[in-house]
Amino acid sequence: MSNVLVLVDHSAGTVRKTTAELLTIARRLGEPVAVFIGDGVQDALPALGQYGATKVIALTNPDLSQYLVAPKAEALQQVAAKIEPSAILISSNAEGKEIAARLAVKLDSGLITDAVDVQAGPVTTQSVFAGNFTVQSKITHGTPIITVKPNAATPEAAETSPEVEEFDVTISDAAKTARITDSKPREATGRPELTEAAIIVSGGRGTGGDFGPIEAFADSLGAAVGASRAAVDSGWYPHAYQVGQTGKTVSPQLYVAAGISGAIQHRAGMQTSKTIVAVNKDPEAPIFELVDFGVVGDLHKVLPTATEEVTKRKS
Amino acid sequence: MKIVVCAKFVPDATADRRFRSEDNTVDRAGVDGLLSELDEYAVETALTVKEAGDGGDDAVTILTVGPEQAADAVKKGLQMGADAGVHVVDDAIHGSDAVATSLILSKALAKLEADLVVFGMGSTDGGMGVVPAMVSERLGLPAVTLGSEVTVDGQTVRIRRDGDTASETIEGTLPLVLSVSDQANEPRYPSFKGIMAAKKKPVETWSLADLELTPEQVGGSSAWTEVVEVTARPPRSAGTIVTDEDGSGAAGLVEFLSTNKFL
Repeated sequence: MSNVLVLVDHSAGTVRKTTAELLTIARRLGEPVAVFIGDGVQDALPALGQYGATKVIALTNPDLSQYLVAPKAEALQQVAAKIEPSAILISSNAEGKEIAARLAVKLDSGLITDAVDVQAGPVTTQSVFAGNFTVQSKITHGTPIITVKPNAATPEAAETSPEVEEFDVTISDAAKTARITDSKPREATGRPELTEAAIIVSGGRGTGGDFGPIEAFADSLGAAVGASRAAVDSGWYPHAYQVGQTGKTVSPQLYVAAGISGAIQHRAGMQTSKTIVAVNKDPEAPIFELVDFGVVGDLHKVLPTATEEVTKRKS
Repeated sequence: MKIVVCAKFVPDATADRRFRSEDNTVDRAGVDGLLSELDEYAVETALTVKEAGDGGDDAVTILTVGPEQAADAVKKGLQMGADAGVHVVDDAIHGSDAVATSLILSKALAKLEADLVVFGMGSTDGGMGVVPAMVSERLGLPAVTLGSEVTVDGQTVRIRRDGDTASETIEGTLPLVLSVSDQANEPRYPSFKGIMAAKKKPVETWSLADLELTPEQVGGSSAWTEVVEVTARPPRSAGTIVTDEDGSGAAGLVEFLSTNKFL
């Protein structure tokens, strides 16, 4: 069986759920080989083994974390030269897409980004034009490089005991020209990651700037909080939580849009959610064309009452 | 300093966007198009950098690759205040993927001897957001991407990037590739004066041959990705809509969540 490289997405050795999804997908295409960049590979090992990594290649060169994405792309190129993978899978976030872009140029290979499904072939599925079309594609040249969106697969365990192989990479000076000079970690909210959450409650213009009812309802459901562009542009909620064309594209099991009219920019980011619920004062709001369940009413009245009832039922 | 904004002509997102049935490529000719909204932030950044400079020989050029109508994207940039435009147009370009597009842009940027290359965060049609990184790779220039705040200090370009886990300060030295998010600024509207002035600004049209590229290197035949199937998403079936009266909305909502096992 051929090797399929999976770039591990982790935070100090804590493996993100997206990596389990990538490993699950990699098993459809061949034998998953995990590439781990940075410190903490021993901490990550159990999770990588649980989802079927047959081998873990560890890269610890300090240049890899000090500089931006260019060194990581160089490192992957060197790993690919040795392993000769049949495909390379990377998480579809900002950093992952840039690494993939550079790697595609280096390896003279085709690139597909934002896959929502990958099957043997590999044949990828993408959701395009605000979710109005589904496109199936394949890569016809070089080593297929695919970035995969969160929730593209349900992680399936397949216990292995992978060996860790230290791998030395050489980073060119040319790759070290853009550097991170300062980094302020974002305050933890205790809520699930927006792109990975099973349930998302989002607020828009209709909140009038008060996200209290949105956050309370989200917490009663164990959900992540999102915001429309109108709410972000008004300075009511941070940009990192924006759902839509210029923010995050999400596809949760349940999406609750409160006080959001449903402009194309917003729909582009949430239209593929499995179940959609909306609360809006305006019965003509376009968001109601998408919903499975809609309430025409004031979110400041509907959400607090619903929060109370949900909390009661859960306790 | 030569500042070049790479701008894309895209189908209007509010119009009926579609694919060409004969080759599964995006229909760019048969629909209304315009400068990608996200590239307006790049134009604004370029103009701000120029205006903050010493008024020397800084100039802003709008570079676009696309069919005849893509000249509209250049025009919009000129109306906003850019100094000149370059439109790379060639029948052989049709169907180019991101890898091929980055090749064309790189050749044009080298020919323009760009010091600062500015991109938006992604296009509003393809939306891959990978071309800035590819161009940086091809030209061997540093890239600072997705800036929400940009400062140019002599030869140093510094950005603030608000990522998922941290807010970072990133810097590099000119010449470099920069991309900006829609948080970077508030793009200006073209003034009447700007619209009139744009008519007299120079726009060059380049072919592949002008860039020493051959048709085999770009376009659909050389694309390394192939669309096998395009399916329109089935419309969502109409859901239940209730009007809230004295708490009935909340009760209905919770009942719906409970029935569908979200509680």
